[in-house]
Amino acid sequence: MVPVSAYLIVAIVLFGIGTVGVLISRNMIVMFMCIELMLNAANLALIAFSRSLEVMDGHAFVFLVLTVAAAEAAVGLAIVLAIYRNRETINIDRFSILKW
Amino acid sequence: MSDYLYLIPLFPLIGFLLNGLLLGRLPRVVVNIIACLSVAAAFIISVLVFFELKALPPDVRVIEQTLFTWIPSGILQVNFGLLLDPLSAIMILVVTGVGLIIHIYSIGYIAHDPCFGRFFTYMNLFMFSMLTLVLADNFLFMFVGWEGVGLCSYLLIGFWYHKKSASDAGKKAFIVNRIGDFGFLIGMFIIFWEVGSLEFRVVMEQAPVVFIAGGSLITTICLLLFVGATGKSAQIPLYVWLPDAMEGPTPVSALIHAATMVTAGVYMIARTNVLYMLAPDALMVVAIVGAVTAFFAATIALTQNDIKRVLAYSTVSQLGYMFLACGVASFSAGIFHLMTHSFFKALLFLGAGSVIHAMSDEQDMRRMGGLGKHIKITYITMLVAALTISGIPGFSGFFSKDEILWKSFSSQHGHPIFWVVGFVTAGLTAFYMFRLIYMTFHGKERMDEETRQHIHESSKSMTIPLMVLAVLSVVGGWIGMPHIFGVSNFFEHWLEPVMAGGSYEPVSHALAAGGGDVGMEWGLMAASVALVLVSIYFARTFYKTKPQLATAWRKKMSGLHQVLLNKYYVDEFYGAVIVRPLIVFSLFLWKVVDVILIDGFVNGSALVYEGVSESLRRVQTGRLRSYATLFVFGVVILVAYFVMD
Repeated sequence: MVPVSAYLIVAIVLFGIGTVGVLISRNMIVMFMCIELMLNAANLALIAFSRSLEVMDGHAFVFLVLTVAAAEAAVGLAIVLAIYRNRETINIDRFSILKW
Repeated sequence: MSDYLYLIPLFPLIGFLLNGLLLGRLPRVVVNIIACLSVAAAFIISVLVFFELKALPPDVRVIEQTLFTWIPSGILQVNFGLLLDPLSAIMILVVTGVGLIIHIYSIGYIAHDPCFGRFFTYMNLFMFSMLTLVLADNFLFMFVGWEGVGLCSYLLIGFWYHKKSASDAGKKAFIVNRIGDFGFLIGMFIIFWEVGSLEFRVVMEQAPVVFIAGGSLITTICLLLFVGATGKSAQIPLYVWLPDAMEGPTPVSALIHAATMVTAGVYMIARTNVLYMLAPDALMVVAIVGAVTAFFAATIALTQNDIKRVLAYSTVSQLGYMFLACGVASFSAGIFHLMTHSFFKALLFLGAGSVIHAMSDEQDMRRMGGLGKHIKITYITMLVAALTISGIPGFSGFFSKDEILWKSFSSQHGHPIFWVVGFVTAGLTAFYMFRLIYMTFHGKERMDEETRQHIHESSKSMTIPLMVLAVLSVVGGWIGMPHIFGVSNFFEHWLEPVMAGGSYEPVSHALAAGGGDVGMEWGLMAASVALVLVSIYFARTFYKTKPQLATAWRKKMSGLHQVLLNKYYVDEFYGAVIVRPLIVFSLFLWKVVDVILIDGFVNGSALVYEGVSESLRRVQTGRLRSYATLFVFGVVILVAYFVMD
């Protein structure tokens, strides 16, 4: 049987890749994908704990997270489209007017 | 009829509201009719209630009418209550009677002024306030009228507000009066604190029980009330506003600053005479201030050249007489002089107004002269008034002034020194009045040719009031003849129920009964009449027959003349000692305390926040990735913190 720590290591690696991706990427689509990656890392950790502790709460949380992720993707992509129509680019560094 | 007592102040109030709300929309005739009719109605009702009061037996001559409770607040219960007793009956007759005459006179006087509506609005408001003052049955309601007349005085002194001197004089009158009102208020507070009521009836009944006669508490109360009286009635040290108040239209000077409002202080002291009888020290102060003011103002009047200023100082001086009378506990003599004074001083002012009218608004007597033959009615009526104020036997001023002089000599609170001061002042009065008469109506015509062409007698609405007042000035005193004339003094008996238990009465009666004292009274009377006649003779010599003598004397005593002409430099003194430091202190409060300290604190704290924010706002770069980085660092730190725990 695979120990729970293995799942957790995979989840931490996935979360780390996602975080670094959000921080260094300039492409908004890539940033989105990285955020999805972080969410799924969290999902993986939740399922792993759920199975090891043998309670179903983790499963319920995962469904919640999936729903939120879907909604967030819909809104987020709409924003990306709107920005693209205005600026003809999805480079996030070109969109830094909300300051001072 | 007494049920309709409230109509007396109500009618002028209606007149005020009508004229005030429809200001500028009513034709001149309608405004005149509304203003005069409202006062006339008040006068008619006053006469009716007077006779109703007179029909009652002397010891129950009180009509009270409570309209409603004004302030119900715990133990403080203040009613809108009216009180008619012999004292207030005299006052409402004088106020409405003289007021009516002056309103009629004003029609002619203000005929060429476009602001007639405003004028009559203020005048009616004044009548309302004054009637409230004299009819109120408690201190607080009286204070409403007291402040109301002060307000009207301010408004009417500054009636020609485009003149800086007029608006300054209005402000001066108001501020000086406020100082006096402060004393009145504090006195009122102490009375309420001690007695628990502000109603005159209750206070007068309780006073002998609550207060120790001659104690410091009652003396303090009386002195504080007297401070209020000195402000309103222009006594030393607060008299300075009255001469400046002559900037107002002349009917206003006659009504407010001679006949009615300025006598409010005398009325208030007579109204609270029970309190004053308990405080002999306060009475002494009243008498001294009255006597000194009478003399002091009369000397200033000797040298003034403005016809209205002479009369203003004369008013201050005559008010001093009234306070002298009150101070020697002869309140009825004070009220008697108040009444006769309101007749003859109103007449003098209205006459002066008629002169000024004839002279195309010239007020300086040095540019008048010889007017007697041009404006006969004015001349004769003013001569009557001058004879009255001088105290020529037979005229009303003689009876009232002589009563005061005799009481100041014979009353148990009196002193021969008071008599001497009053006696000398009587001589000065006769001198300055006839100086005025001779400079204005006799001698060379000193005005320029253009003014001379325009000299004309005033219209009927102005001369008829003059004649009515002249008649009143003569006969008004006949109701208060002294006992030694072998008649009963109606006026004194009329006021007896109001005055404190007749504590001075037995003394003067006893004196009058004793043979030697009757001789004394005759003697003093003869002396004052002789002095008056001599003074008139001197005035005639100086200002009619030998004017060069006056010039020579003026040169000889130029120092004294300068002092008198500059009114003892009292205004300058007040300016240097009170006004100047006050201005400096206010400047300090403004420039240092307000601008530097308070504004500095407020603006300083704002500056600190501005500086901090200026550096902090750099954090907001607008770059999403830097926000995300900071956010991750924050999470790492937090997680680290909790894991370490």
